[in-house]
Amino acid sequence: MKVLVTVKEVAAVEDDFEISGTEIGSTYLDYDLNEWDDYAVEEGVQLAEAGDDVEVVAVTIGPERSEETIRMALAKGADRAVRVWDDAIEDVELLDVETKAQLLGAVVEEEDPDLVLSGVQANDDSFGATGVALAEELGFQWAAVVNDLDTETVLDEGVASVRRELEGGVEELTDVQLPAVLTIQTGINEPRYASLRGIRQAQSKEIAPKSLDDLGLDAGVVESSLDVTAMYEPETESDAEYIEGDAGEQAGQLADVLRDKGVVGE
Amino acid sequence: MTVLAVADHRRGALRDVSFELLTAGRELADAAGTDLHAAVVSGDTESFADDLNREGVDHVHAVEHGEEFNHDVYVQAVEALAEDLDAEFVLVPNSVNGLDYAPAVATRTGRTYVSDAIDLAHNDTLEVTREMYGSKVETTVEVADGPYVVSIRGAEWPAAEGVGDAEVSTFDVDVDEDAVGSTVNGFEEVGGGDVDIADANFLVSIGRGIEEEENLELIEALAETTGATLSSSRPIVDNGWLPKNRQVGQSGKQVTPDVYLAIGISGAVQHVAGMKGADTIIAINTDPNAPIYDIADYGIVGDLFDVVPALIEEFGGEPPSV
Ligand SMILES: Cc1cc2nc3c(=O)[nH]c(=O)nc-3n(C[C@H](O)[C@H](O)[C@H](O)COP(=O)(O)OP(=O)(O)OC[C@H]3O[C@@H](n4cnc5c(N)ncnc54)[C@H](O)[C@@H]3O)c2cc1C
Repeated sequence: MKVLVTVKEVAAVEDDFEISGTEIGSTYLDYDLNEWDDYAVEEGVQLAEAGDDVEVVAVTIGPERSEETIRMALAKGADRAVRVWDDAIEDVELLDVETKAQLLGAVVEEEDPDLVLSGVQANDDSFGATGVALAEELGFQWAAVVNDLDTETVLDEGVASVRRELEGGVEELTDVQLPAVLTIQTGINEPRYASLRGIRQAQSKEIAPKSLDDLGLDAGVVESSLDVTAMYEPETESDAEYIEGDAGEQAGQLADVLRDKGVVGE
Repeated sequence: MTVLAVADHRRGALRDVSFELLTAGRELADAAGTDLHAAVVSGDTESFADDLNREGVDHVHAVEHGEEFNHDVYVQAVEALAEDLDAEFVLVPNSVNGLDYAPAVATRTGRTYVSDAIDLAHNDTLEVTREMYGSKVETTVEVADGPYVVSIRGAEWPAAEGVGDAEVSTFDVDVDEDAVGSTVNGFEEVGGGDVDIADANFLVSIGRGIEEEENLELIEALAETTGATLSSSRPIVDNGWLPKNRQVGQSGKQVTPDVYLAIGISGAVQHVAGMKGADTIIAINTDPNAPIYDIADYGIVGDLFDVVPALIEEFGGEPPSV
């Protein structure tokens, strides 16, 4: 069985940052593996540990810098990685969902996996769409926002028995035929920390670069229909009363507020 | 050219966001000078369709097929409706089920997809306002080529009200059952147990700012000293540090205590969905730009590891050393 895991290096902004034009300067950004993808990688690795002969391949769309992050997925147990990048992609500010589905779709067609795991969303642009669009692009089945996957049925019967986490503490129990894409929700497992041995081994694992040409795509696919025309800090809707002073003074005033509201006695 | 808004329902009831969708849809229809069509797929379509007939809706279409949401059925139904109605804009809620079918509708019908809109404008092109980086910034995204599928965030538009004079009709879709590759076998409620945080009148709620499981002791001491009930944001539960029944938010519990004290919680939209109804919201956070302050009544910009021990002492408790 082959499992493909889509991973993305995402940027988080620091507490203090500045926007220049429609971007945040890279000095204010910290890069890391997308939180949801960390769970997807772990789910893939757990399948490999439970089954015989399960290969886990991580796929990303990202510049050379992202190799550092992708290596974390390898250090946690993915067997190898594919990194899609091209000068033509570099020029695009915000890739649209269709483009991402086509780029990843070309890799899936080459790799021919039984199961694709992706994160529910990426915590930078929070589109929450790539996995399902990818499934549709490929003619795969899918399930979104999965917080439980039955290992046995997926390995032995070619059916993904999943729980989809709906709103308000309700879970939907669904069976999906393979090949399928599942978008993985946080909390489905406990992502491991990479061991020293894992980190060492990851150094010699392959990260295969793929250009548009390599994937048989022309530059037209990356033309984005999305144009970011403005980026700004949201106008604060806050009418919060700020409690100033050092920690002791803040605590003192907060205690008064709590007593005043009648939720704590003397 | 029309606007098509597709309602969300679950286990016999339309979800609130369905009516907010109608308001967003009406605004867009006005801007584009066109009609607003609402649709409901599966479930008790007759009564749902009646309920969707609110002010500003021109047509309601009911697609009868099964009871509960199935994404394969939805994709086929919405594809057929969108084609039949020449829908330039397909609007859906950015709900968990929206996440499960909207991107597929867009891909299948060659529409451009934009998710989680908090505002929409239409001049010659569609302009979508959406957040990035955990609500730290807002962006305006111009979307050049229609037709579109747009998902909207809940609680951003007011619900459509009143009784409309829409034409209500059924819409027949020949569902290709062979193309239905997923089967919904049932539902389960999770997060039960000994405590119901929804009953508490004072919640002390902890987020990822606590950093380590061992540090939870500090917040437990605060809850104990003040007689508060302990709750948390999602990562604390994901990490297994607190049970699921302590989680506040979209996929956890909705709470409306007298006081909600959010400690080291950024205020992500899915968290806020569960606690914005609290009477008084107090936030302790090191980041002065944290979105939680937008809904807070009192704000303390500071380090929880300094403020919480001091607060425990204020109430005569002994802060543990963490
Ligand atoms: C489909 C879906 C459903 C979801 N459902 C839920 C849900 O039900 N509930 C939920 O909570 N989330 C939910 N989420 C996750 C949500 O998007 C956020 O990831 C989550 O709420 C973040 O939790 P947090 O605020 O604790 O962590 P973070 O966003 O990481 O925030 C931590 C905060 O702590 C502050 N901090 C750090 N150190 C300190 C310190 N020493 N003192 C004071 N402050 C400090 C930081 O400034 C930061 O603001 C859902 C997401 C999805 C996609």
